Amino acid sequence: MNFLVASLCMFFAGGLACLATTGRPHLTRWVGSSVALIGGALALVPTCMVLGGRVLTGLHLHWSMPFGSIALDMDALSAVFSTPILIIVMLAAVYGTEYLRPFEGKKNLAQSWFFYNLLAGSMLLVVVARNGMLFLLAWEIMSLASFFLVTFENEEESVREAGWIYLVATHIGTAFLLVLFVLLGRDNSTLDFSSFAASPGFAGIAFLLALVGFGTKAGFMPMHVWLPEAHPAAPSHVSAVMSGVMIKTGIYGLVRILTFLGSPPPWWGWLLVSVGAISGILGVLFALAQHDLKRLLAYHSVENMGIITMGLGIGLLGMSYQSPVVAFLGFAGSFLHVMNHALFKSLLFLSAGSVIHGSGTRDIDHMGGLLKRMPVTGLVFLLGSVAICGLPPLNGFVSEFMIYLGSLTSVAGNMRLPIAGIVAALVVAGSLALIGGLAVACFTKAFGIMFLGEARSTHAAHVHESGLAMRLPMAVLAAACIIIGVSGPFWMQLLGPAIAVATGVATDTQIYPTFAAHALWMMTLLAVAGIGLVGLLTFVRSRLLSARSVTREPTWDCGYASSTPRMQYTASSFAEPVTRMFNVFLRTRRRFSAPTTYFPTSSSFSTETRDLFHESLFRPAFTMTHRFLSRIHWLQHGRLNLYILSMIAALLVLLVWKLG
Amino acid sequence: MNTFFVSLLPVLLGLVLAPLLLGVIHRTKAVFAGRHGSPLLQAYSDLAKLLRKGAVYSRTTTWVFRAAPVIGLASVVSVMVLLPITGNSAPLSFVGDLIVFIYVLGLMRFFTVVAALDTGSSFEGMGASREVHFSALAEPAIVVGLVALASATGFLSLSGIFSAMSPTTWVVAGPALALVLAALFIVFLAENSRIPIDDPNTHLELTMIHEVMILDYSGPDLALVLYAAALKLWVLGALIVNVALSPLGLNGIRGVGLFVAGMLVLAVIVGCVESMMARSSFLKVPRLLVTAIALSGIAFMLIVRFTA
Amino acid sequence: MTLLQDTLLVALILTSFGMLVSGRLGAYIRMGALQGVMIGLLPLVVGRATPTLHVVFVAAAMIGLKGLVFPYLLFRALRESDTKREMNPFVGHVPSVFFGILALLGSFWMDARLGFPIHSSAALVIPVAFTTIMIGLFLIVTRRTALSQVIGFLVLENGIYAFGLAIVYEVPILLELGVLMDVFVAVFVMGIAIYHINREFDHIDIDRLNTLRG
Repeated sequence: MNFLVASLCMFFAGGLACLATTGRPHLTRWVGSSVALIGGALALVPTCMVLGGRVLTGLHLHWSMPFGSIALDMDALSAVFSTPILIIVMLAAVYGTEYLRPFEGKKNLAQSWFFYNLLAGSMLLVVVARNGMLFLLAWEIMSLASFFLVTFENEEESVREAGWIYLVATHIGTAFLLVLFVLLGRDNSTLDFSSFAASPGFAGIAFLLALVGFGTKAGFMPMHVWLPEAHPAAPSHVSAVMSGVMIKTGIYGLVRILTFLGSPPPWWGWLLVSVGAISGILGVLFALAQHDLKRLLAYHSVENMGIITMGLGIGLLGMSYQSPVVAFLGFAGSFLHVMNHALFKSLLFLSAGSVIHGSGTRDIDHMGGLLKRMPVTGLVFLLGSVAICGLPPLNGFVSEFMIYLGSLTSVAGNMRLPIAGIVAALVVAGSLALIGGLAVACFTKAFGIMFLGEARSTHAAHVHESGLAMRLPMAVLAAACIIIGVSGPFWMQLLGPAIAVATGVATDTQIYPTFAAHALWMMTLLAVAGIGLVGLLTFVRSRLLSARSVTREPTWDCGYASSTPRMQYTASSFAEPVTRMFNVFLRTRRRFSAPTTYFPTSSSFSTETRDLFHESLFRPAFTMTHRFLSRIHWLQHGRLNLYILSMIAALLVLLVWKLG
Repeated sequence: MNTFFVSLLPVLLGLVLAPLLLGVIHRTKAVFAGRHGSPLLQAYSDLAKLLRKGAVYSRTTTWVFRAAPVIGLASVVSVMVLLPITGNSAPLSFVGDLIVFIYVLGLMRFFTVVAALDTGSSFEGMGASREVHFSALAEPAIVVGLVALASATGFLSLSGIFSAMSPTTWVVAGPALALVLAALFIVFLAENSRIPIDDPNTHLELTMIHEVMILDYSGPDLALVLYAAALKLWVLGALIVNVALSPLGLNGIRGVGLFVAGMLVLAVIVGCVESMMARSSFLKVPRLLVTAIALSGIAFMLIVRFTA
Repeated sequence: MTLLQDTLLVALILTSFGMLVSGRLGAYIRMGALQGVMIGLLPLVVGRATPTLHVVFVAAAMIGLKGLVFPYLLFRALRESDTKREMNPFVGHVPSVFFGILALLGSFWMDARLGFPIHSSAALVIPVAFTTIMIGLFLIVTRRTALSQVIGFLVLENGIYAFGLAIVYEVPILLELGVLMDVFVAVFVMGIAIYHINREFDHIDIDRLNTLRG
């Protein structure tokens, strides 16, 4: 626990130290990144201890804040969520030292590093806080710190707009959480988690409040609207932290609240499955329609949060129907996907940052042929793509496989659920399959159009590979993706205690499905054999070709003379068949000026896919609110004495009302 | 150890016989067209000839292009280890291997598509785009279909499912199993780029899917690609044959013999379908595939109801 | 008997899905006719060993009307109104099928929740009826021409009829004939209406009827 407190102090105090280095960019870089590294390393000690099976005693100090207390504890659930937070924070900090270098002297980097460390500390505090007041405080610091990080390039209009949307969205979420905590703690004079218990009639409302409040942070559809705005606006290492781990605090909060609410009725599981399926499918569809690389990745975060939520839903259904095996598999898949998504999504954002750093554009359609000039970035992006598509032998598959297993065991065999559970399980299996297929479409598009073929513009033709400080974190993350991919059983065992916390059973009575462990071992075997086979076949082919003519010619152009790089398939054309099929949701806007006359001079075509919920739900809602509120705009007249008068009047009215 | 090698025999059977299916399909089509047709073993001689040649690579391509055929073949061979043959278990079987089966084939597709984009040709991009479009719809169909079979038998591995399927399963859930069979057949045609989804014999790049994606391969690489495609035809066909033959309840060597006969019949059926149907418009293919999803979904709900 | 009944019910669902995917009005009408025949056969196989004469009579009337007369009327309307043969629905075919699947899942779930006290051999009829009703409503809402809406209406009626069949075996013959008569009149009136709409506006697209409002 001392390490934990030290780490929190390191993050907050070290963050302040960054501010002190304003004006000396070299020093800022060193201080900022080493604070993040030391803080992360300090907190990793208790995290690893808890994951290794040790039980730590919590810290409980008095705090003068009403209802507040400084209650910290690291249990297995916290450890599962804090591990990716710390690892990603550390790696992204290393990456940031180089990524931010072009801004040195132009922007106040001390501020950026200050908020970065503040964000890291607050995320850690969120997962270890055991008091509602402390939790909300950490939550708010987290939101504000990330807001300032998003608006790093605040001279651009689009960035300011993105920051504004993020700020509004996150506070709407916080409002729900405030109500939730007040309701949870209303019976006691304290907001300590240990005394939280939902009265029977109220558990459902608490669940819904938590779903909306935490779902806003986690990016569930339709509360996801801030993600595709904020992630592209932020610097890439910040996007990696936000998309990789910050949104996971929403999942953490939801799971934590669920532990207070007792045994869940089936409709909770159903609701989570539906929310997850909608987020997953619509997330990947919107991703497919994007040609801004970082927006695409942001929508994929929505998709993956959907997958995680479906796993949680299956877990809850398993709990409702008293099937511990289904519950275990659902939660195991969900938690492992939290870790995996943190790894590969950060990897993808970091390599996207590397591409943007090198080419200066975020538009996929302007890239092409980058693999030749950025071999490392290209390779790790490919690995990240395979992982996020949930393909074996990388880590994304292991967690999706567990969720699949959860849904399979609920539909067949002796652990079968009642019919409502079966329908939910089928929805999960079908959605996962559809999401998997569409994700393959999306990432073959992203990788294929960006890194393969020929350069489509001068941006892409003059890219350069990033430096070591950027390549190293990416390589570490890629290696982690491979390692988790082939060591599945180990991770399942590691997650056991956290699942016990989430499902509320004692660790020693937990049902550990050996068939799943066996399946994962067999998959490891298959993966190793497959990799061996790849090696063997490569060897055979090189032997076959060794004594023969191997020539390099232009691509076969099907008889067309002189094809140019601009004639290559683009990301938009690649995705068009799918986006057209789902145009009901996507509503892609096409602007097309056709070539006219026999010698056409110019023609153009462009597509834009705005967010459905942003355009048809939130924008009208906010416009209406604005219209309504502008009616009482006369109250804001700017005369201070009248403001004070109205305050006094209000106080008097309250006093009279209370006394009378 | 000896029994392990015996259990590997079905894999060897597939590795040896898969190209024969192409020969049977071609012969069937030739008979329909009133031609004599190429020899049944033509695919083998094609592969042998390609393996003896040198290679030409596009200047645009990178290592991804060279990795794809190798990864594709390795994936489909790994999948064969999970594949049971009528009445005989697969060498490797575990709970949930049906998901692994589908996803490893997904890995193969990922690399085929990426390699097609590696050439920078818009024709190959077009094929790649169609491939991902159709397979995104084929995937839920096959997953739901196999989950339906798992639900019907109560087993969660391919070997378990197919060994548990018996005449009684058909009596209990016959109509539903027929729907799964239909769905699997549509997926089989789509995944193997057969008519009415794709025409493997057309000579216009604009109208192709799989053939256009592999346009730039030559020599041993092309041999790997073609062989992997033949194996994919074998493994997906094996699912259908396993379901279709399950009411006979055979096992052992008789099961294997009947299985091979079943595969050949399937090839003849594919030949007939290809001779009697035209390739469907690309805009209409998704309808066919969502029909497959619907068939699987209906079958699943019926099975849940029947076995309740 | 159950195998026959199940097969018929499965075929019934398939025709509904067939209508969701069919791209041409002709195929759509034929699919509706096929469904009519099946719904007519349904009382012969649901739940009892030997059908009574009354049941056979109703079945014959049903098949004749829904399988022959209605398609004939609709095809005539189609010919005379000179409508475009290609359907261009508000919601595309692929999302339509996804809706169908959801409707199916929902029906089975509702059936499990409602728990009708019916003979177990007819258990499948209820969810199939629900599915048919929902798909019928969906077709009415999302298809463009008045003609295709008529068929959606017929699908809806088929679903309600199947539902009734599962709940009560013996419906008084007069009532059944009355219902059939209603539907007949409805199709007839709609046929005339379509003819007039077409003569007035040269098309039967319902999404342009909204220009009529004041």
